[in-house]
Amino acid sequence: MGRIKAKPEVCMGCHLCEVWCAVAHSKSKHIIKAFLYEEDKPLPRLLVEEKLPLTFALQCRHCAEPDCVTACISGALWKDPESGRVIHDPNQCVGCYSCVLTCPYGNIFINHRKREIIKCDLCAGLDTLYCVSHCPNEALVYEDC
Amino acid sequence: MCNMGDFDYLIIGNSAGTVGCIEGLRSVDKNGTVALVAEEDCHVYSRALIPYYLGGQITRDKMYYRPLDFYDRARVCVFQGHQAVKIDSAVRVVELDNGSRLGYGMLLIATGGKPVFPPIPGLDKQNVFSFHSMPDLLGIEKELAGARSAVVLGGGVIGLMAAEALHKRGIKVHVLELAERLLAPVVDATTSHLVEDALQKAGVAMYLNNTIDQVHGTERVESVTLKNGQNIPCDLLIVGVGVAPRVELAEGTSIEVNRGIVVDKRMQTSVSGIFACGDCASTYNFVTGTEQNLPLWPNAYLGGRIAGFNMAGMERSFIQGTTMNAMHFFDVNIVNAGVNVTGANQGDGLEVKQNYDSDGQTYRKFVLSENGHIKGFILVGQIARAGIFLNLMRRKIDVRAFQQELFKNDFGYADLPEILRWKLLQDDVILGVV
Repeated sequence: MGRIKAKPEVCMGCHLCEVWCAVAHSKSKHIIKAFLYEEDKPLPRLLVEEKLPLTFALQCRHCAEPDCVTACISGALWKDPESGRVIHDPNQCVGCYSCVLTCPYGNIFINHRKREIIKCDLCAGLDTLYCVSHCPNEALVYEDC
Repeated sequence: MCNMGDFDYLIIGNSAGTVGCIEGLRSVDKNGTVALVAEEDCHVYSRALIPYYLGGQITRDKMYYRPLDFYDRARVCVFQGHQAVKIDSAVRVVELDNGSRLGYGMLLIATGGKPVFPPIPGLDKQNVFSFHSMPDLLGIEKELAGARSAVVLGGGVIGLMAAEALHKRGIKVHVLELAERLLAPVVDATTSHLVEDALQKAGVAMYLNNTIDQVHGTERVESVTLKNGQNIPCDLLIVGVGVAPRVELAEGTSIEVNRGIVVDKRMQTSVSGIFACGDCASTYNFVTGTEQNLPLWPNAYLGGRIAGFNMAGMERSFIQGTTMNAMHFFDVNIVNAGVNVTGANQGDGLEVKQNYDSDGQTYRKFVLSENGHIKGFILVGQIARAGIFLNLMRRKIDVRAFQQELFKNDFGYADLPEILRWKLLQDDVILGVV
């Protein structure tokens, strides 16, 4: 399985990765419809770390031994042995936030409105990794490893 | 179906540690025979979800910790509704309550804990429950419809989760706590008071420095008299004062017990080939460097997983366990990990850094060692990215150079000094313009 990696020196801090991540996980996948009309406001599943001039995006590392899966009390998080992805099932999630406490990268995000967590799913079911393909300066790349 | 006989791996118990063990060992050994002995007659469920179910947030099928076909897919023989009564380590055999005998190559004891009942007469009545098992859940559920007033004995994590669940079902809840504040051993006084405020606002009655003096009623509890003489009507009594390790199987064997079953970092007991994990065990706490009972879900799963690797011949160490809690009481989010210190200073060279923002209802506290390692922390209100603190704690990072930054609500890797930041993220970023 590969990983998305950031190149801090070429990141401009435009936050477009966050915007497009939110669009990728919206109902319509349409940037205007998603932000203007969807009932659930689209939320990004990655974060631009920022201490200007330093900026770089960070998302779930899909760890080999994921602490979030270890901590999950409801079986909502698991590592898929085939794809290597750490997968979250919102239907099974109770919002205990044990994963928020244990993710060493701080890459499990909280959807306060629904009391559940959201995380990067490597754009499962989509034809492209939205944060990577929409980065204007190629500061996010997908690397096989 | 499963027949009695010999198994390469045998597990006693059916909760987090058991699932961790199976997932660990099956990632190494796909062919070895595996069996487990489960006392409760149902598929593996999460005890930690009991409050969510009783609070009406989830349905019964969501209680299952793994899909219904989990054991079939992992090719595990499940002896359900049976209790293991004896371990004969000389011949590597476990005896069940029906007299049958199971041979093992490697054995995991994951028997968990049993709820503690304080020595108060009358706690054996029909409408008294602990908050621990499926029978508890079913018993409490039956009582919910007719209950108007409930007493929860114990103001710790379990008691407060029970209190909130019952409150959500429209029941007047009375929480009794023997100590002078709620959650006393778990968090510091400031955090306790924030939780007490939240309960008070919600309308939960609290009685601190108090407990039950007398239980009234014949078959069922009808009311209780408290130590201070006060009388409370009681349709349902929950006992949530704590859980003790279940170590009966180790008694009378050469397996060492010190409150819990003592294990080394590989999760092996003092008897070769026998492992233990979870609430029944005394395991390594990386913050204190000592062995202690750490009865928390993540520790149980991880301990089981590490045991599973080692049972299957792959060396792994349990070096990530400590006390850690993610809690929420009436929408107050709290996370904590490591040592818990109340007051500004504590011996042992520990230093406390804290900040309470009464406007934002946020509170942060860090306990630092002499050399600047985080030994414990509490976050209330704003808990986003808390895992970064746990990571700094696990990696024994000296945080003194950036300790003020720890109090930023959006603290992240960007706030770390450059060299440290890129060291921690070396596999996650590409440095240099390429």
